[in-house]
Amino acid sequence: FDTEPSLYTVKAVLILDNDGDRLYAKYYDDTYPTVKEQKAFEKNIFNKTHRTDSEIALLEGLTVVYKSNIDLFFYVIGSSHENELMLMAVLNCLFDSLSQMLRKNVERRALLENMEGLFLAVDEIVDGGVILESDPQQVVHRVALRGDDVPLTEQTVTQVLQSAKEQIKWSLLR
Amino acid sequence: MIKKFDKKDEESGSGSNPFQHLEKSAVLQEARIFNETPINPRRCLHILTKIIYLLNQGEHFGTTEATEAFFAMTRLFQSNDQTLRRMCYLTIKEMANISEDVIIVTSSLTKDMTGKEDVYRGPAIRALCRITDTTMLQAIERYMKQAIVDKVPSVSSSALVSSLHMVKMSYDVVKRWVNEAQEAASSDNIMVQYHALGLLYHLRKNDRLAVTKMLNKFTKSGLKSPFAYCMLIRIASKLLDETEGGHDSPLFDFIESCLRNKNEMVVYEAASAIVHMPNCTARELAPAVSVLQLFCSSPKAALRYAAVRTLNKVAMKHPSAVTACNLDLENLITDSNRSIATLAITTLLKTGSESSVDRLMKQISSFVSEISDEFKVVVVQAISALCQKYPRKHSVMMNFLSNMLRDDGGFEYKRAIVDCIISIIEENPESKETGLAHLCEFIEDCEHTVLATKILHLLGKEGPRTPQPSKYIRFIFNRVVLESEAVRAAAVSALAKFGAQNDDLLPSVLVLMQRCMMDSDDEVRDRATFYMNVLQQKQKALNAAYIFNGLSVSIPGLEKSLHQYTLEPSEKPFDMKTVPLATTPITEQKTEIAPVATSKLPEKLAPSRQDIYQEQLASIPEFQGLGPLFKSSEPVQLTEAETEYVVRCVKHTFARHMVFQFDCTNTLNDQLLQKVVVQMEPSEAYEVIHYIPAPSLPYSQPGSCYTLVRLPDDDPTAVSCTFSCTMKYLVRDCDPNTGEPDDDGYDDEYVLEDLEVTVADHIQKVLKPNFGAAWEEVGDEFEKEETFALASVRTLDEAVGNIISFLGMQPCERSDKVPENKNSHVLFLAGVFRGSHDVLVRARLALADGVTMQVTVRSSEETVVDVILASVG
Repeated sequence: FDTEPSLYTVKAVLILDNDGDRLYAKYYDDTYPTVKEQKAFEKNIFNKTHRTDSEIALLEGLTVVYKSNIDLFFYVIGSSHENELMLMAVLNCLFDSLSQMLRKNVERRALLENMEGLFLAVDEIVDGGVILESDPQQVVHRVALRGDDVPLTEQTVTQVLQSAKEQIKWSLLR
Repeated sequence: MIKKFDKKDEESGSGSNPFQHLEKSAVLQEARIFNETPINPRRCLHILTKIIYLLNQGEHFGTTEATEAFFAMTRLFQSNDQTLRRMCYLTIKEMANISEDVIIVTSSLTKDMTGKEDVYRGPAIRALCRITDTTMLQAIERYMKQAIVDKVPSVSSSALVSSLHMVKMSYDVVKRWVNEAQEAASSDNIMVQYHALGLLYHLRKNDRLAVTKMLNKFTKSGLKSPFAYCMLIRIASKLLDETEGGHDSPLFDFIESCLRNKNEMVVYEAASAIVHMPNCTARELAPAVSVLQLFCSSPKAALRYAAVRTLNKVAMKHPSAVTACNLDLENLITDSNRSIATLAITTLLKTGSESSVDRLMKQISSFVSEISDEFKVVVVQAISALCQKYPRKHSVMMNFLSNMLRDDGGFEYKRAIVDCIISIIEENPESKETGLAHLCEFIEDCEHTVLATKILHLLGKEGPRTPQPSKYIRFIFNRVVLESEAVRAAAVSALAKFGAQNDDLLPSVLVLMQRCMMDSDDEVRDRATFYMNVLQQKQKALNAAYIFNGLSVSIPGLEKSLHQYTLEPSEKPFDMKTVPLATTPITEQKTEIAPVATSKLPEKLAPSRQDIYQEQLASIPEFQGLGPLFKSSEPVQLTEAETEYVVRCVKHTFARHMVFQFDCTNTLNDQLLQKVVVQMEPSEAYEVIHYIPAPSLPYSQPGSCYTLVRLPDDDPTAVSCTFSCTMKYLVRDCDPNTGEPDDDGYDDEYVLEDLEVTVADHIQKVLKPNFGAAWEEVGDEFEKEETFALASVRTLDEAVGNIISFLGMQPCERSDKVPENKNSHVLFLAGVFRGSHDVLVRARLALADGVTMQVTVRSSEETVVDVILASVG
């Protein structure tokens, strides 16, 4: 256990759908250098985790923390020597940021409609394996996705109204 | 966003994926609209998203097409759409290694990083550093320094983290930013604090003093960031480990104080650091264990997992320290997270009493199929440890293991089970037959060649000596019919051992061998033919030499000798005795019981320590003609630990000579030593014939000098001798700072401790897997027997240990382990005496008011027998 103290904490961030297919995958080191090895690892992870909702596992010698919501599976992967709670902080930050950005609709279709938001959010949370930010408020603020063609100054007011309208519409439809 | 949903999309249900059938070529085609004026931000954004999505799916982009798309993308910097710009940064980072000439965006990025838009600045810095090299980094150095101390946290963090990434490539540039990083470390923002600390440590980690100062400062001033605290704890425990600082050090106090931090992440990091410290006493562990105990009842699975995993580690070294948590662990054995349950059970198996074993094993077998291979290995290792602790439980364990062996699982898992069963068999003779039966069943359907050959080897070794050897023959011969070449060859060797040991089985074995001689593989045929011919001779000595106990030479040594032989054509046949012997591995190192990452590196056959010495000595002209190196001793210290000069000696034994290798280190930084020799005065008729000096010994650089001694020819029994040693050298004083020596020097000497040569230096350990056969092979021509009383020895264990270390011979048949509660024991030792004479010792020990020992020695040479008996007396 004499690993060099370092900021490099996260080995990979993955989002899979409920068939185990990759929606998003970012690997930060050479643990799985080729796409083939990565996909095999993702398959293994999915098989071992999709039926149980138990948050943490040790797979192929790596610590995997995970969370599922409706039809999405979120994974953060680190070394087995890593502080599990740090990895958990990354996972929670990712999930909470997306939850805010997607207005609590954390499901596959909403995510696919907002892939650019996901790309930008992960980029703000982890940089090259280093945890860059762990506060979802900060991440959402920095990603600063704007509503379509709305001038920056008016954005807040219109956005609030818009989201209120949508919430009502969707609650009626359900 | 939801309003973007199309009607069609909604109807087609949740299975729709707008990116599903993306064609790379179509997307690249679309990317042409990047060149249109005016820029349509929404469409361009969508296309960039598609490109990044494709890259993310692992799609391969050729250099030309990537470069083309990249250049088109650079035009998008003209748009002021924020999201579009941010996606450009991402594209730059993703394509940095695929596209050519990415540096053309340098000026755009530099402009954004120093511009007014805070949203752009951080990401622009990170994108820029991704495409920058050392020379360009110097050009933006000024901006980087400003960015590190910027008051906007995202800018500062981005600059710090990018600098950390750049350290690998441009250490010399980044190290000039230490002052800025120092300033950033006192930021109020928790992430900036963390990143600054990380960068500072990385820049200073090779300077222990600087690290100590940094730790002092931050542990006193107190930090806000829990991440930074975790980093500090890691740095502190590494420093403690390196300096071997005692647990009264302020660093230990700091780590312990973190156990009271209000953030769980920090508390856990501190507890884990304490648990992993070497030489922690139970009292020092107690506070760490009690916070882990609290975590066991946390509602968060990750925290429970972290706690029980760490407790499991504690239980390996200090089971008693964890006993207090038994109740909490009991609550976890039904945890819905099977990893937690498994760890809880295996911890309890280590800390609990013998009576709870059955209950725990039953619990774990209810869900063993649900857990991952990593944890199954943990379970097997726990069982293995348990069997050593409670040998009486071996039947429960064996049963459990055999069930596990039948289930599906990967190689590592199966290997762990097989190793565990083998170790049970070796520890408990009464479990041998059941164990072998389970293994026989396993190889009937085993896809792992390594395991099958290992088991066949074991069957060959143990099977013939069981009451009913014939029942194993069928299992072995089935392998010959059904398996791959390697397994077939191993099966043939195993069969031969049955034929050699059991006369009544010999005819049937010969028939089976006959069949193997028609195998399609040449290795299998060769082995069968060889064994067939040996077995037909029906001579015990041949069987012992060629079937039971194989070659005992060093493989690299054999290769070298054979090569040498082919270079110098000679009438004489190749002599096996000129090959250096293999140094037997002392005992198999027990691997640490922890779910560690399986290493991906293939195991290499590393040359042994003695092969390395052989190589080194052969390169010295004075030592040519001494023949093969027979034995190298462990290093002997000839000075106290903290003296001006540190000298240790390795004794190399050859057929008629000994070479003493003195490894010397000069610990005085104001001296340069030259022409260093160690002068030796023997007490017996040993003759010093040559000194080879170490030409120069600068401060703290080890060097070696040698002394060559001829062993007395006329008296072969003179095996022990004492040498008084004096180190002689020329001293040149030098400047401690520059190391520049004075022109003149003076002679000086330094008295070392005496060096002993004992009988063990003349004997090389050799493992005889079948001692009985070897005993018969040597025969009783020169057998001698004597009885000794060891008055000062109180236990059989102690007596066995003393004899082994005194004679330096290899214990065989696991006879170095004395069974508990026995009053007598037989120790079997094997070795080769200098000059290639086999020597075997059988020592019967009886305990009664001191230990009485009857020693029987056999050898192919009479003087050797005399030497051994004389030296024991």
